Amino acid sequence: MKYVALVYYQEQIINAMSEQAWHDLNQECIAGVERLSASGHYLGGQPLQPTETATTVRVRDGETLISDGPFAETKEQLAGFYLLEAHDLNEALQLASRIPPARLGSIEVRPVRELPPKAEPQTESGEQP
Amino acid sequence: MSTESLYVDGLYRDHSRRVQATLIRLLGNFELAEEAMQDAFVAAVQQWPVSGQPDNPTAWLIRTGYHCGIDQIRQRSTARRRAHLLLPTELPSEETLDLEPTTIEDDALRLLFTCCHPSLSMEARTALTLREMCGLTTEQVASALLMKPTTLAQRIVRAKRKIRDAHIPYAVPTQKELPERLPDVLQVIYLVFNEGYSRSTGASVVDISLTQEAMRLGNELARLLPQGEVFGLMALMLLNDARRDARQDNDGELVTLDAQDRRLWRQKDIQTGIAWLEQALALTPAGYYTLQASIAAVHAQASRAELTDWGRIVRLYDALCRRFPSPILTLNRAVAIAMNGAPDTGLTLLDDIAHHPQISNYHLFYAAKADLLRRQGQHEAARNAYHQALQLATLTPEKRFLSRRLAELENFP
Repeated sequence: MKYVALVYYQEQIINAMSEQAWHDLNQECIAGVERLSASGHYLGGQPLQPTETATTVRVRDGETLISDGPFAETKEQLAGFYLLEAHDLNEALQLASRIPPARLGSIEVRPVRELPPKAEPQTESGEQP
Repeated sequence: MSTESLYVDGLYRDHSRRVQATLIRLLGNFELAEEAMQDAFVAAVQQWPVSGQPDNPTAWLIRTGYHCGIDQIRQRSTARRRAHLLLPTELPSEETLDLEPTTIEDDALRLLFTCCHPSLSMEARTALTLREMCGLTTEQVASALLMKPTTLAQRIVRAKRKIRDAHIPYAVPTQKELPERLPDVLQVIYLVFNEGYSRSTGASVVDISLTQEAMRLGNELARLLPQGEVFGLMALMLLNDARRDARQDNDGELVTLDAQDRRLWRQKDIQTGIAWLEQALALTPAGYYTLQASIAAVHAQASRAELTDWGRIVRLYDALCRRFPSPILTLNRAVAIAMNGAPDTGLTLLDDIAHHPQISNYHLFYAAKADLLRRQGQHEAARNAYHQALQLATLTPEKRFLSRRLAELENFP
């Protein structure tokens, strides 16, 4: 079972951090990823640049709408994500609770949705799957 | 009612919860398990009167239900190609079904821990627990929780979907996880009890059925998982429930603890409650519910209100506040200190928490403050506090009680 752990925090808290505290947090995250990799739970992930670099894309009625900023102006901003392999939600929550920024903000854990098998090309009789 | 339908009702009452809990484990799906369980009972009603009741009715019902469930899956798979997305892929084979009595017992625990999983909303946990563990119908749960059946049904469907899609495990926590997970379950049971014991809205103060359901759950849990805090919760519920006949007078008016006719307290329940408490205290350290039950026991053992050992109650609240700090407990501790002969200290402590968000709209805070002021003879300040309490109270008997107290104070300058 794959889960994504979305890391949210208030960017202003991070901006107000001392350089040393920021450095320590990053090192702690690196160590965390090493631990998750060693135990076979880490499938991928990436920290993100702050929301001021975000652009949101929507397509409405065939028209592409681009807007500055994140999708939602909330108190906490998406800061990164982990793709985790876990046996069940309990294990995923346990892993997520050890992600260092869990102390600063919150981690949203969501199961990954597997896409259905790719549809076969339609037969001549037009039979629907 | 005919003897036949009585027989079926009895069977259903005795076996349906256990059968369903095990079928959920075997089939890995709540809806499927419920349908399969119903099918198994239909088969039992047809076959048992002819062939006689099998030696192990529960195992028979589970096996039959499992067959019915597998048939359902096959039918759905042919009906819908997408069925593989909805149903578990690996099912145990007939020969490997684990139907050991201890495993079947544990299925009730698995179900309870799943229904009370912290990733579900509190409302969903309560609704699921009443529906799946207590075997109430959606309509019964809705009326017990004062909700529309359609709203409740949606909530249950959503919760079951989350259990399935997010892979909430159908498992009893390990010994290591237990201290963290058990409070979730106890909280749901106590919430069900309190929902019945003192309604947040409505006309009557006591609804017997929800308190009974909560105590049945607690009893079952104590048998399956003999932990100190489970015993503590049982003690707390019994000691509170023992006072139920004294909480309202003949006119339905609320009677506070100090004014209750203590002859109406059920001594048998108090004895049973204290026996639970002793079991809980034997398994130290005393947790949240055990400490709360210890306080309830001090009240229960005072034959007159004046004989209450407030000193002991203060010490118990000290321990509670140290280990589980919360503004509500601070409020109760302040009242206990005031009652223990230090009213000024109590009132000062109340003022300290007055602006806490959990307190500033809590009617019982103002009611407690008003009562302390009244006892101190500060009538004007007491009247103001009663007015504030009255504005925030929602329960009709509580409102009438507060109005009565206000009226009594009108005679004073």
